Amino acid sequence: MTTTTVPRANMLTRTRNRDGITSAVFAALLWLCLALICIFLFFVLAVIVQKGLARFDANLVTHQPSKIRPETAGVQSALLGTLWVGGITAVIALPLGIAAAVYLEEYANPAKWWNRAIELNIQNLAAVPAVIYGILTLGFVVRGPVSIGAVVMAGGVALALLILPVIIITTREALRSVPREIRDGSLALGATQWQTTWRQVLPAAVPGIATGSILAMSRAIGEAAPLILVGATTFVTFNPDGVLSRYTTLPVQIYNLVPQDRDAFRDLAYAAILLLIVVLLAMNAVAIWLRNRYQRRW
Amino acid sequence: MWRGPSIDLGQQHPRHGERVIKVVLVGAAWLSVAVTIGIVVSLLAPTVTFFTHVGIVDFLFGTEWTAGFGNKFSWTDKAWGVLPLVVATAIVTVIALAVAVPLGLGAAIYLSEYASERVRKVLKPILEVLAGVPTVVYGFLALTIFTPIFAHVVRFDTIHNMLSPGIVMGFMIVPTIASLGEDAMSAVPLALRQGSYALGANRMKTTLRVVFPAALSGIVAAIVLGISRAVGETMIVTIAAGSRAQLTFDPREGAQTMTGFIAQIASGDAPQGSPVYYSLFAVGALLFAITLLINLASIRLVRKYRQVY
Repeated sequence: MTTTTVPRANMLTRTRNRDGITSAVFAALLWLCLALICIFLFFVLAVIVQKGLARFDANLVTHQPSKIRPETAGVQSALLGTLWVGGITAVIALPLGIAAAVYLEEYANPAKWWNRAIELNIQNLAAVPAVIYGILTLGFVVRGPVSIGAVVMAGGVALALLILPVIIITTREALRSVPREIRDGSLALGATQWQTTWRQVLPAAVPGIATGSILAMSRAIGEAAPLILVGATTFVTFNPDGVLSRYTTLPVQIYNLVPQDRDAFRDLAYAAILLLIVVLLAMNAVAIWLRNRYQRRW
Repeated sequence: MWRGPSIDLGQQHPRHGERVIKVVLVGAAWLSVAVTIGIVVSLLAPTVTFFTHVGIVDFLFGTEWTAGFGNKFSWTDKAWGVLPLVVATAIVTVIALAVAVPLGLGAAIYLSEYASERVRKVLKPILEVLAGVPTVVYGFLALTIFTPIFAHVVRFDTIHNMLSPGIVMGFMIVPTIASLGEDAMSAVPLALRQGSYALGANRMKTTLRVVFPAALSGIVAAIVLGISRAVGETMIVTIAAGSRAQLTFDPREGAQTMTGFIAQIASGDAPQGSPVYYSLFAVGALLFAITLLINLASIRLVRKYRQVY
């Protein structure tokens, strides 16, 4: 008897120990993954801040780009171009996206095949590469049927199409988190479906919609690929003055600085990157704050 | 004698306003379908023109791509084999996934199974910042910071290479895989974990043998979406992988991807009606077709895991 119990007990503790070690190693590996991710992010941000600060001055926003004097050049036209294009993107994408989301969430009967088709289509559009939206806008708006040329409006359209599915998806999630009882209560008091949606559901979903929209807008503002196709790459040293003006944007300006070899251009590029990152982080911070401040558990 | 309500509740005034609003909302929803049709039409017409001049077999299986060379308006002095672009895309994608899948899944498992609510609240915004850095910035850093580092470590001396954009792109994709993977694992019911703990399994075994398999289709969907991100990513590869369309399997060499070609031609001079202008759409159509297949696979997988419980 003793000969069998002793090894058995030994075996048990041994496997337990081994279990303990492997599971500690496993937890350590998980930690390592997160540590690597954080190190990468902090390294990236540190490089941008360190290299960007050298030229992060007033010239950056008060001066125009220059190929002759990169030491004092700025990115004013690109900054204003970004604002113009961002504004057009918001004006097109937000109402359309929210309207489509309201239809799908509040009105559509999910049993009907066409509603399921719209849904599937939106999911697919959300993962279509950004350059494809550039090709679409190039073929339809810049050249092709509309032919308005490479102007602010075309950039806004390309980016609006790009973030439309994202806005629809996040708005639907925000609407879905409004409980059924709110709608039932409103309908029971005699409100019509639109009155219920407009006066009860949408106001309750505003924080969620705003968070998603800000994140989508920050993605649009940082995007360069579709804009390269719709002609934002030309060297622009004047501020856009309307929707049919030629333009450039910050990310495209950064892309233009890549092939320049002189150090002064690199410094300028890093300063422009820092400016872009500051704008985007501010937008992200607002979105995170909104979410934490107004997140409601019903 | 009471004769019922003076108004018939069933016959109110028709609400025209409501109907108009509904039509507007339906229109907005259908617009997304119109966008898809627009994409297909805008790609298809020039692509058809392209294939009247170039054989589809030569295009798909040719090993040489010299679209930017020679006379701008001549079809015949160029090689139109798209394989170099496709292979470069595949290599960068594989490198990116080799970084993004382990890191993303590690982060997802930690966030879903190990982290406390407070840690999660700190880590999720960090992942979001990682996703929020513009790709043009990643591309610039890959070229100016990471390529010199990797060139020193792995010993190569080309300015453009596929290694550093691949690795940097991997970090860009991490948040996609981490957040979708976490969703999939968080959706696994608590009862399964409790059952596993009740049988004496520890956290690691519960995670690897119960939660992970239960969430597998969702996790695979996350990875598949990551693939489609990597295939379609443009700025990082355009800036850091170079613009030489060559068929090579060595990640230390530079090569042009499909998206890289599109961006290069678009930012250069492609007169409307020239062969290179049409080839832009042909490559775009191929890219769209590839990502469409990948996306549909991913959507199907997500559907599957949502219906399990």
